[in-house]
Amino acid sequence: MNWGSASEFFAMGGHALYVWGSFGACAVLMIVEPILAARRRTTALDELRREIRARKESNE
Amino acid sequence: MAETGILSALGAVIRRDLLLAMRRKSDVLTTLFFFVIVVSLFPLGIGPEMGMLRQIAPGVLWVAALLASMLSLPRLFAADHADGTLEQMALSAVPLGVLVTGKIVAHWLVSGLPLALLAPVLGLQFDLPADALGVMVLALLIGTPVLSLIGAVGAGLTLGVRGGGVLVSLLVLPLYVPALIFGAGAVESHISGLGATAHLSLLAAFLALAAFFGPWATTVALRIALE
Amino acid sequence: MSNGIINWFKFSSPQTFYPLAGKMIPWFWALTAIFGVAGLTIGFFVAPTDAQQGEGYRIIFVHVPASWMSMFIYLVMAFWAALGLGFNTRLSGMMASALAPTGALMAFLSLWTGALWGKPMWGTWWVWDARLTSELILFFLYLGFIALQSAIDDARRADKAGAVLALVGVINIPIIYFSVKWWNTLHQGASVSLTKSPSMAQTMLWGMLLMALAFWMYSIAVSLTRVRAIILERERHAGWVEELPELKS
Repeated sequence: MNWGSASEFFAMGGHALYVWGSFGACAVLMIVEPILAARRRTTALDELRREIRARKESNE
Repeated sequence: MAETGILSALGAVIRRDLLLAMRRKSDVLTTLFFFVIVVSLFPLGIGPEMGMLRQIAPGVLWVAALLASMLSLPRLFAADHADGTLEQMALSAVPLGVLVTGKIVAHWLVSGLPLALLAPVLGLQFDLPADALGVMVLALLIGTPVLSLIGAVGAGLTLGVRGGGVLVSLLVLPLYVPALIFGAGAVESHISGLGATAHLSLLAAFLALAAFFGPWATTVALRIALE
Repeated sequence: MSNGIINWFKFSSPQTFYPLAGKMIPWFWALTAIFGVAGLTIGFFVAPTDAQQGEGYRIIFVHVPASWMSMFIYLVMAFWAALGLGFNTRLSGMMASALAPTGALMAFLSLWTGALWGKPMWGTWWVWDARLTSELILFFLYLGFIALQSAIDDARRADKAGAVLALVGVINIPIIYFSVKWWNTLHQGASVSLTKSPSMAQTMLWGMLLMALAFWMYSIAVSLTRVRAIILERERHAGWVEELPELKS
């Protein structure tokens, strides 16, 4: 075990800005990217639904 | 028989492109003038201290050469594409790769060779010694064909694409890095007394590789653009 | 004998790949979580403090995986590109365009964490180290690929043009790396080498490998998600898309 207390863990031996800056950037971007990719798919699905509905209505 | 046919076709394409370039002299001169202006701006931005200028001269001249040779790339295939000549070329009996090679050679003769010949004059502004100027010209003579070869791939890929002019620089400039490093490095290591041979041979090897892959990749890119 | 080939091409059709990818994605997310938790636990709680670099060295657990993935994804991208050009399969081009943003993200993360590592270790945010410089150029190559594909409206042409660019890039990358290294050794003095890492403790290595696996699984999961979106965008007029269960509800 490297850390005596939680505050010691967050201080990272004085390198908190750099360590948490790196891990934080990775965490944020690696959460945002999948959300964007998933949203791109739902948008495509929405558009397809709209298209299909429009086609059905024009057929009727 | 077939070989002479290919060679004469190559010669015909080069002659034709050179003739067209001579008719539009302003295009050629613009490239050269751009080169001169960019190089001359650096001392104004950095200061007239000769020791410093001598040190940055190889890099400045090379970066300016990269940018200048980029200027004429969008025009490399655009006119032929617009008037349908390119499609004729793709359909002709001569392999498209040969005709593309001819166009690349012509592009170098019009935009690369003049830069190499003009470089010593600009090098004098930066107080480069005479032998370093010689190395500079030699490096540019080996290096500028690489710029035309790689640039042609970018020009083929962006043919008829919106924003093609800016896009081509985004695609091509990172690929120019080895030419820049070996080219500018040749002059630097000559000045520092290490000799330029190693750099120049690496640059020549890069040229050989580019000459092998460049026309082929450009042909593929053009066929994609023509589909 | 021909069976294997038929199966191979069956999976290369978007129609069969779309549901298959959908089934695989949760598994890759699970693997990402498992490897990530294990890697972070080792990285923060098991791996000892570095004698020279203190706690700052822990950046290695994201920096190195991001750098590895940024290079590996470019290779995979070029592989799909070559396949697409050679066999004219539709899926290959879609895979290449799905991978590019993730690769660019990895290159960006590698640069970002490299800068944050450099500041406490060398006192500057940026050094013109051979690896950092090559990583920067790799990032530019990704951006060029994405810019080229987004500038071309016709999807098939975008795939093929991107493929040519990726292949030219993959031939060029070793030369770029070599030239940058050469340039770097010529201009010693200004450079600080990353290669002289102190002998790494066994646990540090394990943490790094687990994190690299987590990044790898992440990249697969996210690019599969994206390729599903791309399939839907491109195949919108194909009959099978309308039969999708997602659209019935």
